[in-house]
Amino acid sequence: MSEYIKLKRGLNLKLIGEAVKTVQDMPIADLFAIKPADFTGLTPKLLVKVGDNVLSGTPLFYNKNMETVKVSSPVSGEVVEILRGEKRVILEIKILADREIKYASFGKLNPTKIDREKVIEQLLNSGVWPFICQRPYGIIANPSDRPKSIFISAFDSNPLAPDNDFIMSGKEIDFQTGLDALKKLTDEKIHLNVRDNPAPAAIFANAKIVQLNKISGPHPAGNVGVQIHHIDPVNKGEAVWYINPQDVLIIGKLFNEGIFDAAKMIALTGSQIKEPKYYKTIVGCSIKKIIADGGLHKGENRIVSGTILSGNQISADGYLGFYDSQITVIPEGNEFEFMGWLTPGFNKFSLSRTFFSWLTPNKKHILNTNLHGEERPFVMTGQYEKVFPMDIYPVQLLKSILIEDIDMMEKLGIYEVVEEDFALCELVCTSKIKSQEIIRHGLDMMRKEFS
Amino acid sequence: MKPLRKLLTNIKPNFEKGGKLEKFYPAFDAFETFLFVPDHTTASKGAHVRDSIDLKRTMILVVLSLIPCLLFGMWNVGYQHHQALGIIDASLLDNFFFGAIKVLPLVVVSYVAGLSTEFIFAIIRKHTINEGFLVSGMLIPLIMPVDVPLWMVAVSTIFAVIIGKEVFGGTGMNILNPALTARAFLFFAYPTKMSGDEVWINTSLEKGQTLVDGYSGATALGNAAAGLADKIPRTMDAFIGAIPGSIGETSTIACLIGAAILLYTGIGCWRIMSSVFVGGFLMALIFNLFGLNTLMQITPLHHLVLGGFAFGAIFMATDPVSATQTNTGKYIYGFLIGMFAILFRVFNPAYPEGMMLSILFMNVMAPLIDHYIVAANIKRRLKRVKPIQNQNA
Repeated sequence: MSEYIKLKRGLNLKLIGEAVKTVQDMPIADLFAIKPADFTGLTPKLLVKVGDNVLSGTPLFYNKNMETVKVSSPVSGEVVEILRGEKRVILEIKILADREIKYASFGKLNPTKIDREKVIEQLLNSGVWPFICQRPYGIIANPSDRPKSIFISAFDSNPLAPDNDFIMSGKEIDFQTGLDALKKLTDEKIHLNVRDNPAPAAIFANAKIVQLNKISGPHPAGNVGVQIHHIDPVNKGEAVWYINPQDVLIIGKLFNEGIFDAAKMIALTGSQIKEPKYYKTIVGCSIKKIIADGGLHKGENRIVSGTILSGNQISADGYLGFYDSQITVIPEGNEFEFMGWLTPGFNKFSLSRTFFSWLTPNKKHILNTNLHGEERPFVMTGQYEKVFPMDIYPVQLLKSILIEDIDMMEKLGIYEVVEEDFALCELVCTSKIKSQEIIRHGLDMMRKEFS
Repeated sequence: MKPLRKLLTNIKPNFEKGGKLEKFYPAFDAFETFLFVPDHTTASKGAHVRDSIDLKRTMILVVLSLIPCLLFGMWNVGYQHHQALGIIDASLLDNFFFGAIKVLPLVVVSYVAGLSTEFIFAIIRKHTINEGFLVSGMLIPLIMPVDVPLWMVAVSTIFAVIIGKEVFGGTGMNILNPALTARAFLFFAYPTKMSGDEVWINTSLEKGQTLVDGYSGATALGNAAAGLADKIPRTMDAFIGAIPGSIGETSTIACLIGAAILLYTGIGCWRIMSSVFVGGFLMALIFNLFGLNTLMQITPLHHLVLGGFAFGAIFMATDPVSATQTNTGKYIYGFLIGMFAILFRVFNPAYPEGMMLSILFMNVMAPLIDHYIVAANIKRRLKRVKPIQNQNA
C-alpha cells in the first residue's frame, strides 16, 4: 500500500547555476579528509595516527559514546595530518590517497540469507554504518535500536540540488542489494519516496521490498523529515532511520563486493561556477581541483558543502562533507547597500510581494549571502507556516527552545525536526532569526536530558 | 553614495566598544542602517541566502498603505471645517491645505515624541532601535480627533511607547497595540477632548466667520447613540468618508486602498481582516433583526463603514505582535473583534466607538486563543502515541 502525499506549502527557489547533466570523471583527488563535526553528537576516539597507512575501510576513529560505531577511511593511503582546533577538538583527519585505491576486504555476503545481527556487524565493521541516520536528533543511528521504519527520499528538492534519477541510473543491482540489507534492520517497512512529477527513474520505480510513496509539491517535499512526518511520524521513544539514496549504493557494494567503496557523484553548482556539472568522486574529497575544473567567476565567493539552505561553509581548499553530494558556490554579500530597503527591488528575491520582483516570478536569481537587514525579535506571524508543511507550530517550537522548556519542546514536536526542516523558515524570516541554530540547540538539550 | 559611506565608516569607531560615544551606539546604528542596509552576511552554517525583506521594508510598506487615509483625512478636515462655517465653495486644494496645516503637526509631534522615547530607551537598555514605531507614529495621529492639543498627542505617545511597548521589552514583545494604547490613554484621561460633539471638526473662526445654523459636530455614531437616526450619514456617504470623525478613519475607500496594498504585498493578514468584517456583519445582522434602538436599526453593511470599524479591522487588528499568532487563532481573534466592536457600540452608549476597546480587549485575549489552538496540536500529537502505549500496557 503506497501513499500519495500532496504538499502545498513550501518554496522552490529559482536560482542560476544548476548543474548540466554531464559527468566529469576526476582523477582521484590527492587529499581527503573526514571531519568528525559532520557527525552530530559524535565524540571521536582516534584509531590511527599520523604516518599510518590505511586501506579504504580501515577505521579512523570510533564514537566514544557508542563504541561500536566506527568511521572508516574512504580511500587508501597515508594519514598525513590530524588537524585539531580549540581544546584539541579533532577537526579533520587528512589522508593522502594512493593512485590506485586498495580496499580492505569484508567478504561478500548475500543480505537476504543472513540474519539481522550479521548485517549490522558487517555495516559496523566496514565503517558504512554512519551513513544510516535517525530521527529524532538527526544523528548516526543507534545499532541497538529497532527502528519502526526506514526512509529513503529518492529526490532532493533543495535549490540547485543534484538529480538523483540521473546520478543513480544504471546502478540497480547495488541499490537493490543495499535495500535488501536495510530491510533486515527493521521489522516494518522501508519507505522509498519518489517525486510524483516527473515520473521517477526505473531504479526507484522498480525497487523491490519497499513501499513506494509519491510526494508532490514544492521544496521541502524532498526532505526526509517532511516525508516521515506525513507517513510515519516519530513519537517520543521511537526512532525512524533514514539514508541518502547514493549511500544505499555504498551498502550494496559492501555486500556485493565485500568492500567499502565510497565513490559518489556530486553536483558542482551555484551562480559563481562557470560550468556547473556533475563529478564522479569519493566521500571526503578535496574540492580544490573540482572547483578549479568548474571555473569560478570573479569576486569574493562563499563555497558551501551541501545546499545553500542548510549546508556548511568550507574554504577553497576544504573538503566535501560526509553526507553531502553537492557543492554550491555563491557570491559573498558583505557590502553595504544605500537605502536598500527603500529601492523598488526589481531584482530582489522575496517570498512576499514587497519588492517589484513579483513582476517576474519565474526569473532565476543570483543570491548572495547578505542578510538584507538586521536580526530582530519575532514580529511577523504566519510567515514560517507558509513554507513549513508539517502539523507543527514552528514559531511556538522555536520559542519553547529559546526559553529552554524541555517539556514544551517535546509536546510541540521537536523529535520530528532537524535543522534542515527549518531552512526555509530561516530563509523567509523578516526578523532574520537563525532558526536552524535554535533547533540544533534544542535538539542538543533534549539529547543531554535523556542521555 | 561613497562619500557618505566613507564618512560613516570613519566615525563608526567612536560608537563601537571602547569608543568615546559607545553609549550612543544604538542611535548611530539606527541612522547607519537607515541609510545603508548593513554588510552583515549569513552564518557559516545554516541558510546561506536570505529573503530581501526586513522589518524596515515591512514597516515602510505599512506606512505607505496608510498614506491614502492620511491624504483623505487632510482633505476631510478642511472640508468639514469649511462646511461648518458655511463656506460651500471651498476648492479641493483649499480643503486639503487647511487640513494639512492641522494634521501635519500631529504627525510630526507623534513621530518626534515617540522616536525620542525609543532612542532614549534603546540607549539606556542597550538594544537596537526597532522599526515598529514607524507605523505606530503614523497610526497615532490618524486615530485622533483633529482638535486634540499637541501636548496630549505627545504625552499619549510617550505613554504608549513606554507602557505599551518598552516595559515589555520593545517591538515584538508588547501585549497591546501601541497606537491604540495611546488613544485609550487619552480617551480615559481626557474624555472631554476625545469624545462629544466638539472635537471632531476644527471650528476655529477667523474674524467675521460664524458657524452655520444648526451646526452639530457630532460623529455618526454619536448621533446614533443619541437616537438621531436621520443624522446618521447614509452608507454611501460613510463609505466615501466626507463625515466627521477621527482624522484617518472616516473613509472606508481610503482604508480599502490600504488594505489592498497590505494584502497584495503579503504583509497584512487576510485571515484577520476578513474575519473582523464577517464578525461585525453577523453581529450587526443579529441586532438588526431585533432593531430595538437606533443603533440596532443600522443595517449590517452600514455598521461596517461607520466610525473606525474599517480602519481598525485593516490597520489595527492585523498588528502581528498583538494579534494571535496561529493561523486558526486569527480567524477566531478577528471574528470576536468584529462582534465585540458592534456589541460595544450598541450596548454601551458611553463608548459609541467600540472598535478601540474591542481590539484592545482581544489583544489581551489573543494569547489565550493561541494557547488553546496550540493545546489542540499537542493533543493531536499525543493521540498518535496511544497505540504504542497500549502495547506496552
